[in-house]
Amino acid sequence: MFKALRNGLLASIAAALVCTGMATTVNALTLTGAGSTFDNPIFTKWFYVYQQQHPNVQINYQSIGSGGGIEQITQGTVDFGASDGPMTNGQIKRFEKKRGCYILHLPVVIGGEVPIFNIPGVKTSLKFTGKVLANIYLGKITHWNNPEITRLNPGVNLPDADIVVVHRADGSGTTYCFTNYLSVVSPQWAKQVGYATSVNWPVGLGGKGSEGVTGIVQQTPDSIGYDELNYAIVNHITYGYVADKDGKFLHANLATVTKDAAKKAKHMPKDFRVSIVNASGPDCYPISTFSWMLVPTVWHDAAKEKAMVKFLHWMLTKGQKMNASLYYAPLPKNVREMELNAIKRIHVAQ
Amino acid sequence: MNPKTTVTVTTEPGGGNPTRFSSGRLHLGDRLLKSITWLSAASIIIITIWIAWQLFVFSAPSRHKFGWHFLLTKTWNPVSEHFGALPFIYGTIVTSVFALVIAIPLGVGAAIFLVEMAPRKVSGFLAFLIELLAAVPSVIYGLLGIFLLIPILRSAVVPALKHTLGFLPIFKGPFYGVSVFSAGIVLAIMIVPFIVSVTREVLLAVPREQREASLALGATHWETVWKVAIPIARRGIFGAGFLALARALGETMAVTMVIGNDPTIRASLFSPGYSIAAAIANEFTEAIGRMYIGALIELGLVLFGVTFIINGVARLLIFSTGGNGYES
Amino acid sequence: MNLNILAAVATGSPSGFAALWPTALVVVLAGLAIWALRLIPKTRLLRKIVNYTIFAAAGACFAIVLGALVIILGYLLWKGAHSLNWDFFTKIPVPPGMHGGGVANALVGSGELLLMATALGVPIGFLGAIYLAEYGGKKFPFLVRYATDLLNGVPSIVVGIFAYTVVVVPMKHFSALAGGVALGIMMIPIALRTTEEFLRSVPNSLREASLALGASKWRTTVTVVIPAAIHGIVGGIMLDLARVAGETAPLLFTSFGNEFWSHSITRPTAAVPLVIFEYATGPYADWHRQAWAAGFVLLISILIVNIIARSIMHLRYRPA
Repeated sequence: MFKALRNGLLASIAAALVCTGMATTVNALTLTGAGSTFDNPIFTKWFYVYQQQHPNVQINYQSIGSGGGIEQITQGTVDFGASDGPMTNGQIKRFEKKRGCYILHLPVVIGGEVPIFNIPGVKTSLKFTGKVLANIYLGKITHWNNPEITRLNPGVNLPDADIVVVHRADGSGTTYCFTNYLSVVSPQWAKQVGYATSVNWPVGLGGKGSEGVTGIVQQTPDSIGYDELNYAIVNHITYGYVADKDGKFLHANLATVTKDAAKKAKHMPKDFRVSIVNASGPDCYPISTFSWMLVPTVWHDAAKEKAMVKFLHWMLTKGQKMNASLYYAPLPKNVREMELNAIKRIHVAQ
Repeated sequence: MNPKTTVTVTTEPGGGNPTRFSSGRLHLGDRLLKSITWLSAASIIIITIWIAWQLFVFSAPSRHKFGWHFLLTKTWNPVSEHFGALPFIYGTIVTSVFALVIAIPLGVGAAIFLVEMAPRKVSGFLAFLIELLAAVPSVIYGLLGIFLLIPILRSAVVPALKHTLGFLPIFKGPFYGVSVFSAGIVLAIMIVPFIVSVTREVLLAVPREQREASLALGATHWETVWKVAIPIARRGIFGAGFLALARALGETMAVTMVIGNDPTIRASLFSPGYSIAAAIANEFTEAIGRMYIGALIELGLVLFGVTFIINGVARLLIFSTGGNGYES
Repeated sequence: MNLNILAAVATGSPSGFAALWPTALVVVLAGLAIWALRLIPKTRLLRKIVNYTIFAAAGACFAIVLGALVIILGYLLWKGAHSLNWDFFTKIPVPPGMHGGGVANALVGSGELLLMATALGVPIGFLGAIYLAEYGGKKFPFLVRYATDLLNGVPSIVVGIFAYTVVVVPMKHFSALAGGVALGIMMIPIALRTTEEFLRSVPNSLREASLALGASKWRTTVTVVIPAAIHGIVGGIMLDLARVAGETAPLLFTSFGNEFWSHSITRPTAAVPLVIFEYATGPYADWHRQAWAAGFVLLISILIVNIIARSIMHLRYRPA
């Protein structure tokens, strides 16, 4: 009995080693990327389709979060990063010091963020202003029937109940964009909390990931949270209207998000690091953000560099056509052209 | 040779002195085995020290900036880079203690059932089933916590508690589902199998003569268990408790999904909280900058330190009651 | 009570600690009450009642614990079983929104990781246990056992961070190797404890008989003692494996995950617990289905390994 077991074990180990050995002889070039969970659906689609068209290139992307993307690209453990919040000047300096080259921020998609809520008996989409959202998240507005909210929503029967505030527990670009918006519309928020992928929230429960936030909101009466637009659409979650800079209440959708991006993109800085929240102009949905791919300018592996540049070209031309199917807004034309130009800076180290 | 040869477990391992032969080849084989095995054993010590060392080194930025205040500060602010571990330490301790308070009576009770009441044939099988609870991955516990446990707590358990014991500060306040309470219960279910399994083993090891003597003297079955069997088994049960505690302290995934992830200290068990392991899991991949990462690693160091102390206490307890250093 | 007011109180004063004194008071009073119970005279009838009540309570405890297991397994089965199809086991993931696809690369990845973990962790634990059981001593074994307990108690996420700093950072990328190292470290303590326990259970008479026949110590150990204990050791290692198979946290910053097949151990690889975590906390209903299914598969595999391990352990050497 013992002999049989031993032989069986040895045989399976041998088989496993052979398989691994065989696998290593397959000639696939792999690029690794890490970062934003927001981009995960579109990246997964792009990389899958790209691999079908170019079988010897595999791009492995893991959504560990925007901050993770920035950290890992700085450490050099991945080939590219992805983030919904641009790197700060300090973070860029740190990157340049550690890696000895410049980092490109290449916008890949535009997304929007929406306030989601769960109030028993309220089926209509509520209207919010930026100031109201900030005050809710600051803990200054504590009940649903607070005059500031009822004033915006006449005719809706808001209960006299505590607002259960929900936010992201893990660091995230979604948080970055949301807190960025709150900082812009509320000076108190800017002073007290600020904006980043992870902040010291004054009040609220922390959900893990967008799913965590949505899960808690859906399960908890009288709660409010924030989510990515495409996430809310895919999962049929009721979300509220947000007032734009001119005071008009907008429901986030691809059109309004694109308009906001296009407006701000007219003055796109050369390094593409721009916040596009709260653009002034008709139908510009205020809580919108670019999402960037973080690509170093200098590469040490010629084959990888070539594959990366080729993919970026594909992404900016063919890839963009897939955005709408997953409820991401495509990049405005002038941005795409600027990027195609910027990619030329990527080269192999001499 | 050794007069204790008839006992299967002796304090003199290996049956006494090695090599009596002066042949060079045999010496070599023996020396080789001894060296290789000694090296392996030593490497365990080295790895443990190395882990502590790595944690110590990588947490340097945070340690230098905050010193011991790290353990007493309540703020956790990644934007201004002010970090303090107190809310996490509090959450970790409260959830773990709460889990133990539930799991120990439950586990000991179940073990007593298995040993004293269940028919011999099924007892082993049932014990095996319970040990399967320990095999369920943490992530699954987290999911079940969100989708199964929390709705039940919200609709039935918490209202009942509030009705009866609602005057206590630990049961005051609104219950939003994700909370220290929920995390404690999930942890309790996760650590119960350890307590059941070890308690069962030590109860089974109580000599028959002791039980029979007690029953012969007129004690009821329960009195025998309580006054005779359990005191003999007490050391093992303590050990089980510590094992369970160690597991509860380090539990990550299940806790982060149901605890609410709010780094604030509140008296009520129904409020959300945060634990060290949950904080590290949530924020490590996102953390940017040496200070933030250093603070998170310092949290890991704190957890390692707590484990170190608890192991020391457990060993002291076992030594002080006459153990010989070897226990299972 | 308003969360916000609570927050204000909690952050303003020396916090929740101060508010706990009523609770502490109640606990102390309850303890005193229970202690005072022993002052009640113990009639035969009372003792009988207590006997039956307590055992009923013990039965209830058992029912609760077993019930938890039944509910967990049942729920997983209900949610996951109908997601199981041939594709699930043979295909790699497809993008959200597309149907089909599976977790084949995660299954293979997990297998790879566990194989590596066994190769790295088991020898250290096994050989170390041989020293403890066969050579003994006072101080050194004490240190080794303390370190082993400590290692066992280290939270899996801390082991993951350790593997990150020691393997990923120097190598400059994530890899299956790092994941294997992390899991291997977690396997050491139980491998050591199991091996030592079963080696010690081999009667000394066997060792002495072998030595009396002229074998050297190393020969005795390798050809007599270890084979006598091997069933228990192998069984224990399989249980060890089953425990480590479900660990997620150590893999987050080491093996990283992979949407495709991994072609080398120095590259990132998918793993079942990672997939469960990513899909369960993701937005798509399709992902959730797959997460439940993967959870079910994982649990069933661990169950099977447990059963096999226990059968092997029961076959151990019994003296004639």
